[in-house]
Amino acid sequence: MLHLVNKSPYSSSSLDSCLKFATKGAPIILFEDAIYGAMAGTSLESKMIEVMKDHPVYAIKEDLMARGVNNIIPGVREIDYTGFVELVEQHRPCTWS
Amino acid sequence: MKFGVLVQEGPYHHQSSDSAYQFVKAAMDKGHEIVGVFFYHDGVINSTKLTDPQQDDRHIQKRWSEIAEKGVDLVVCIAAAKRRGINDDVLAPGFRISGLGQLTEMAIKADRFVSFGA
Repeated sequence: MLHLVNKSPYSSSSLDSCLKFATKGAPIILFEDAIYGAMAGTSLESKMIEVMKDHPVYAIKEDLMARGVNNIIPGVREIDYTGFVELVEQHRPCTWS
Repeated sequence: MKFGVLVQEGPYHHQSSDSAYQFVKAAMDKGHEIVGVFFYHDGVINSTKLTDPQQDDRHIQKRWSEIAEKGVDLVVCIAAAKRRGINDDVLAPGFRISGLGQLTEMAIKADRFVSFGA
């Protein structure tokens, strides 16, 4: 299952909820304000590095750019909407909001 | 592949109308079939032709109407619409008002169902 998270982990528990349910190996897409979770040098960086041991984490490029986030945690994969569609082709999606 | 999409947030609110649109566009560009887009809760506000943003802003309602011109079914939840003063008089081209049964139909028909917003 593909997990879609759109709320900032600094203002919502949706990423935490997602992580409680996501099985090992399940990919996670951070989009809209959730991309703040992919930002390097933050209080969540070490947690995200742990998360990436079990889950591939993707962030939507357009949403990073829109927020001026260019320092992302190493290992987070940037994708565009075509990449988003490709991941949905491969997995059934589940939205956490 | 057949894709269904649910939009639960109004336009110009956070970003879900935009994300849903970008997703639908990218899926169509890849040759996927969109079995429908269902507008629920505040998402129904995407469907009013009274939408009139400034010229240099994106026109979210028009973008959806253009998607409809390519044969995509845009369905607006009747209960959510009535609550918000949206009826056939203000409905933009390409949208139609119907019931939640349509959402079930879309979810059954689609290989993948993606929910945006709320």
